[in-house]
Amino acid sequence: MSSDRRTFIKRLGMGAAVGLGSLAILEKTALVEASSSEPVETNSETRWGMLIDMSLCDPECNDCQKVCHAKHNVPDHGNKKDEIKWIWKAPFKNVFTDMNHTYLQAGLLEKPFLTLCNHCDNPPCVRVCPTQATFKRDDGIVQMDYHRCIGCRFCMAGCPYGSRSFNWRDPRENLKQLDPSFPSRERGVVEKCNLCAERVDVGQLPHCVETCTNGVLIFGNLNDPESAIRKALNEKKTIQRKPALGTRPSVFYVI
Amino acid sequence: MYNLKWILPPFLAFLAILTYPLWSGPKGAMPELAKPKGEACVESATWMRANHMQLLDHWREEVVRNQSRVYVNQAGQRFEKSLTKTCLSCHNNKQEFCDRCHNYTSVKPYCFECHVDPKLSEVSHVQ
Ligand code: HEC
Ligand code: HEC
Ligand code: HEC
Repeated sequence: MSSDRRTFIKRLGMGAAVGLGSLAILEKTALVEASSSEPVETNSETRWGMLIDMSLCDPECNDCQKVCHAKHNVPDHGNKKDEIKWIWKAPFKNVFTDMNHTYLQAGLLEKPFLTLCNHCDNPPCVRVCPTQATFKRDDGIVQMDYHRCIGCRFCMAGCPYGSRSFNWRDPRENLKQLDPSFPSRERGVVEKCNLCAERVDVGQLPHCVETCTNGVLIFGNLNDPESAIRKALNEKKTIQRKPALGTRPSVFYVI
Repeated sequence: MYNLKWILPPFLAFLAILTYPLWSGPKGAMPELAKPKGEACVESATWMRANHMQLLDHWREEVVRNQSRVYVNQAGQRFEKSLTKTCLSCHNNKQEFCDRCHNYTSVKPYCFECHVDPKLSEVSHVQ
């Protein structure tokens, strides 16, 4: 095929137009709307949130995880690949990936930080779920409907916090005791923390909050200026995980 | 008719196979079900027999997606919308109630892959 310079340049121009056009589409669909923590407009009175004060957390203690996982029938498969987790500890450097620098306070990089689903106000997992198995409730809890989950794992790819686990194996293989008050999951579905929706709905605190005797966890309504969590947020210097992504987490940290 | 004796018997056999589901039906008498606790069911027994699957489907939608966890029946009684905590608290013998009838009618609900029969909570991995 012969081609003179004129048609070559024409094609180049056409290619560039298509390229730029798709950039515009990317921009429309991109997650980054604004890297602020302004709440999304909703007419709900309630937006549940959590404040985690790591200065009070005992690095040796794992009580919150033990109770949460036992009450929700979360198995321990004993290896990283099959691991299922709702609330867990990970080093600061992994939890706050965008806050590492060489001269950070001694020991902070490796210090275990408590982490769980952020129940984002602008949750990417909800946006990508093809069956609406994951959805955001009016009160801000990002809930999973396990009856609808088809195990496609788009949500796991969408979540920037690694808050979701996939059941590669039957969870009951490694559950010595089943708690009948909450269903387990089955092979082939994704799962994550539900902020104890089953308890919050009947006026109880989440298991982790109730269990912690050091007062690390404060749970409450972010839309109520008089709530304990809002007062604590007012007083303390707090941060969020990866705020620049614009997911607007409902979980806040005191380092 | 031309070659009738060759055509008719296979045709009748074909009809028999085609209509097998209609005339075979469940064999034997309906098995006896374990006696539930309590005086009456969530709704009347005849209604429950015909509609419990729809009721449960409705309940799970309501609980998981609409945050509505209390069911008020025709008589005004209140029940928690829960498979394990409500149905199995009265029908505490799942094997000889739910399962027995489901085996008889050849239905295989998969709910108990996740939902827990309190009787089996000690033994893991039994469905
Ligand atoms: C308060 C106790 C109680 C609860 C809760 C309860 N049941 Fe029942 N159920 C009964 C009793 C008692 C009967 C028998 C009633 C009768 O024969 O008149 C019955 C009957 C039934 C029947 C009809 C059985 C037959 O012989 O045909 C079905 C099906 C059934 N229940 C399913 C359920 C399901 C599903 C649930 C949960 C949504 C449930 N029940 C909750 C007590 C209960
Ligand atoms: C009297 C017989 C009978 C009893 C007792 C009974 N069921 Fe059923 N159940 C059926 C039949 C028949 C169907 C199937 C209906 C259909 O396919 O339309 C069914 C369907 C279901 C389904 C839907 C299954 C599906 O695949 O969609 C669920 C869930 C269910 N039953 C739960 C229960 C539970 C829980 C109990 C015990 C508390 C129970 N049933 C007791 C007869 C019974
Ligand atoms: C993949 C696991 C899984 C399967 C399979 C499953 N469920 Fe569930 N179900 C859950 C979980 C998890 C909840 C959430 C409980 C909560 O938030 O309190 C739930 C909640 C429910 C609830 C309301 C709360 C309660 O305690 O019961 C109902 C009713 C229910 N499911 C019915 C069913 C029925 C009927 C089936 C079978 C047709 C079924 N589920 C199959 C996991 C499952």
